[in-house]
Amino acid sequence: MDEGLRSELSRQGIFATTIQDLYNWGCRNSIWPLNFGLACCAIEMIAASMARFDIARFGAEVFRPSPRQADLMIVAGTVTKKMAPQVVRLYNQMPEPKYVIAMGACAISGGPFKRGYNVLKGIDRYVPVDVHIPGCPPCPEALLHGLIALQKEIASQKLTGPSRARAFQEEAPGEFPVPEYGPYDLVPAKNTDLWRPKPIIRDE
Amino acid sequence: METLEQIKSRLEAAIPGLGLEIQCNGAVPGQASLVVPPARAIEAARFLRDDPRLALDYCSNVSGVDWLDRVVEEHARVTRVIDGRERVFDECRERRVPGYLEAVYHLYSMRLKHGPVILRQRTVNRVDQARVTSLTPVWRSAEFQEREAYDLFGIVFEGHPDLRRILMWDEFRDYPMRKDYVEPDDYEYEPTPHDDLKEKARRHYPIEADA
Ligand code: SF4
Repeated sequence: MDEGLRSELSRQGIFATTIQDLYNWGCRNSIWPLNFGLACCAIEMIAASMARFDIARFGAEVFRPSPRQADLMIVAGTVTKKMAPQVVRLYNQMPEPKYVIAMGACAISGGPFKRGYNVLKGIDRYVPVDVHIPGCPPCPEALLHGLIALQKEIASQKLTGPSRARAFQEEAPGEFPVPEYGPYDLVPAKNTDLWRPKPIIRDE
Repeated sequence: METLEQIKSRLEAAIPGLGLEIQCNGAVPGQASLVVPPARAIEAARFLRDDPRLALDYCSNVSGVDWLDRVVEEHARVTRVIDGRERVFDECRERRVPGYLEAVYHLYSMRLKHGPVILRQRTVNRVDQARVTSLTPVWRSAEFQEREAYDLFGIVFEGHPDLRRILMWDEFRDYPMRKDYVEPDDYEYEPTPHDDLKEKARRHYPIEADA
C-alpha cells in the first residue's frame, strides 16, 4: 500500500496495514530471550535486564528458562568446546522464528582465549548468527543497540517471495548438527555448510 | 612454625626409611619444599596433618608441574696419556636427564594459623610411569584438584576415589598443560601473527606469491 495513502487514511481514523507488517510488529516487540549465560558477558546481559537499562522497554524482558518458549538466543560469553554441543542443542530446540545474538569477543571469535585449546573460536561455526556485538564485555547499551539492530532486521523481513525470512523457507534448515566430543577437538570442528569465512589474502 | 629442616628430621624420625629431600627454590620468595617418595606419601601426609605441633589440616592447593627431558652438561678434567706424556684435558660430557611430572601440595594449618608447607611428589617419568599417591584420603579438599592435575597433566593419582577428567570431556585423549602439547589447528585468522603463529597463518592464508 502506498505510504501517502496510508498516512492519509490514518489521519481520518482508519488504520490500514498488511499481514506482514502486523506479523513483524508483533514479532519484533516481544523477542523473548533464552535465559542462559556463559561467562562474564552474561553479567552485562543481566545488567541490561535490570531497572537501570531495562530491556523491557524493547519487549525483551521475558527471559525464558526453556528453549521451547524462546525466540532469541543471546550467546553471552565464552563458549568452551565442552559447552558448544549443548548450545547447539538448545538452538535446535527453539521454535522458529529464532534469532541469535553473539555477544562479546568470545562468542564472536574466542576473544581473549582465542589461542586456548578449550575455547570455541566463535559460535557462528555451528549456528547462524544474526547480530554480532563486539566488546569485552559489550556494555548493556551495546546489547540494547544490538537488540534494536535485530528489531530493524525483523521489521524488514518478508513473509513470502524468494527473499522471505529463513523461518518461512521450507528447505532452509532449522536445526544444525550437534558436534561430538572427539579425542583432540570437536568433531566436526566447524559446520562447513554454515561457516564460510571470506578468503583473506595476507599482504606481506 | 618449625623450619623445613626440623620438619624433615622429625618426619624421618617418625617414619624410618622415608627418604625425604629438600628442594630449594632460587626465586625471590625462596620457598623451599619437601620432596616425598610417592610410595610412602600417605604416611608422611598423615604425620603432617596429625602431628600436634604442625597440625597441617588444610590443603589449599594442588598443582601439577611438567619437567621435560633435559640435557645437562658436565665438565670434568681428565688426564690422558698421549705419546707417552700425560696431558690434562677439559672434557664436556652431556647427560640426558629424563623428564618427570610433579604434584605440588600447599599445606596450611587452620588451627595453628601457619603455613605453607610445600610437599612434592615426583613421577618416575612422563610416559608410562606417571603415577603418584593420592592424598585425598588425608585431605578431602585435594579431590577435585587432583582430578584437575590428572586431566591437564596426566598425573595418575593412585588411591583417588574418583579419578576422572574434570575440565575436558571424557573422550579427550591428551594433556593440554604439558609443555609438549600441540593444540588443535582450530582458528584461521590472526590479525598480528608472529613466530610460530606466522607459520600457521601462512598455512591458512598463503601469500599470493607462494600460493
Ligand atoms: S568477551 Fe570478554 S567479557 Fe565477554 S565473556 Fe569473553 S572475556 Fe568475558
